Amino acid sequence: MEYRYDIVIIGGGPAGLAAALSARETAPEAKILMLERDKKLGGILQQCIHNGFGLHYFGQELTGPEYAQRFIDQLEAAKIEVWTDTMVLDFSSEKVVDCVCAARGYVQVQAGAIVLAMGCRERTRGALSIPGTRPAGIYTAGCAQRLNNIEGYLPGKKVVILGSGDIGLIMARRMTWEGAQVKLVAEIMPYSSGLNRNIVQCLVDNDIPLKFNHTVTAVHGQERVTGVTVSEVDPATRRPIAGTEEFYECDTLLLSVGLIPENELTRGAGVEMDRITNGAVVDQFRQTSMEGVFACGNVLHVHDLVDNVSNESAIAGAAAARYAMGQKAAGQVYAVKAENGVRYALPQRIVAGDAGKLDVYFRVDAAYRNPSVQVLCGDKVLYSRKKQIMTPGEMEKMTLDQGLITGDITVRLDK
Amino acid sequence: MELTCIVCPMGCRITVEKVDGRLHVSGNTCKRGEKYALQESVCPMRTLTTLVRVRGGEGPLCPVKTREAIPKAMLEEALGVVKGVCVDAPVKIGDVVVKNIAGTGVDLVATANRERR
Ligand SMILES: Cc1cc2nc3c(=O)[nH]c(=O)nc-3n(C[C@H](O)[C@H](O)[C@H](O)COP(=O)(O)OP(=O)(O)OC[C@H]3O[C@@H](n4cnc5c(N)ncnc54)[C@H](O)[C@@H]3O)c2cc1C
Ligand code: SF4
Repeated sequence: MEYRYDIVIIGGGPAGLAAALSARETAPEAKILMLERDKKLGGILQQCIHNGFGLHYFGQELTGPEYAQRFIDQLEAAKIEVWTDTMVLDFSSEKVVDCVCAARGYVQVQAGAIVLAMGCRERTRGALSIPGTRPAGIYTAGCAQRLNNIEGYLPGKKVVILGSGDIGLIMARRMTWEGAQVKLVAEIMPYSSGLNRNIVQCLVDNDIPLKFNHTVTAVHGQERVTGVTVSEVDPATRRPIAGTEEFYECDTLLLSVGLIPENELTRGAGVEMDRITNGAVVDQFRQTSMEGVFACGNVLHVHDLVDNVSNESAIAGAAAARYAMGQKAAGQVYAVKAENGVRYALPQRIVAGDAGKLDVYFRVDAAYRNPSVQVLCGDKVLYSRKKQIMTPGEMEKMTLDQGLITGDITVRLDK
Repeated sequence: MELTCIVCPMGCRITVEKVDGRLHVSGNTCKRGEKYALQESVCPMRTLTTLVRVRGGEGPLCPVKTREAIPKAMLEEALGVVKGVCVDAPVKIGDVVVKNIAGTGVDLVATANRERR
């Protein structure tokens, strides 16, 4: 094969960038290649022009493009080869990566180790099936963000936003600042999946109403959206309550109803997937069920904070480099289970042997007040901590002492 | 006053109370939170992040921000100033796009590189 690299990184967003740089640190001599389908590196951060990135990682508040550029600036000195305009089509367990590349055509690359960093994409309207017509003027919030922030088109003048995810909240402020009128953010759940700071800075600051337990039950308009019907839902069944319908006149409906990891490649290769995260099942090194294939960032599980993406990806990049250099982690494998209020915990597996600290990330399945988080190993309690409030919108982290893990562990809430 | 700290994405819930004529802050995890809560109860500050037009660049727009936070009350006026701004590529991160925007004493700077096309 003409193209051989020790480490191939698929995706040039913050995950791929951090993985590449940490692989370089771990293996100064390795040949490293990054493949990105876009013209530019930086992934979703290119269009996230708001600030709030990097306070934990850099101790400084940056905008998305600034955060990405800090990593991009280091690539050249780190001698990492980058192919942009390159779409990866699939990869095999032999670690042959098939891609189409604007500059090279169809190319096969033999990798020593692969890091998956493809990010995620937004759930679309089809996945939700709102009744009504199918006029123009319905966008996912991220698509509207790209149109507005990169292409320079204001997607509409009178806006209703369905879902209170971060992208929707950010777009509510963006469009207000661009002169549009944002009439309502409707959230079907009794809580927001967005970060608190975005609710305060984007909605409260601009007097935009946020209605919990509400959803869009009909879309009106033939060619262009002319309005939507919003109804209250029963919190128990999430079914619309008859008689609560309200009409909102608008020309645009933005959907901010969540992200799905982009794992067609991963599934196609036969990597074991987690039904809850929609990402691969990994161990603490972020190695998947396929030896030498690692995953990190939003393709592994949806992150709210890019700082966590960078941290996680540094782990994956370093481990991929060690693997490519012939150092394989081996040992007894323990399972990490989530139950009783914990939706998922990651990594899902732990390879025994290390004595150091181990960070475990998890999300709860509903909003809880004063819960206590516990980690059990058999009948031993490895970790127990009281929290004031926990919501599904915020990813939680805890640090375990790996030396204490002697079997499968369970992460749970004492509610 | 009850408020949510927006300095970092942790979003701590903070209470500001007047105790014996002095402001008392609780619920914050770190010093930045205390500073923010005091500021918020006196003169709320916000960083403006928006876009300006670019002539001769890779794309039509370049993202910008106020280098520091400006009074929330000044956001609207600053946005008005930004509307009329057009810069020539190339633009580098940190380039000053508007000096002392809307008389706030804070510069508006570029937050991305834009090569000449
Ligand atoms: C609107 C929005 C607002 C956010 N706000 C904040 C915030 O305020 N603060 C904060 O800390 N975090 C925020 N985040 C979260 C953070 O930006 C993301 O978690 C982070 O960008 C995820 O990084 P990633 O590299 O995993 O994915 P991405 O950034 O999506 O990058 C994935 C890359 O892989 C490429 N790719 C995918 N498939 C292929 C393929 N087959 N071949 C080649 N390349 C491929 C894509 O083109 C893309 O460049 C926000 C996210 C969004 C979407
Ligand atoms: S108090 Fe500190 S930790 Fe909490 S949100 Fe504010 S800055 Fe972040």
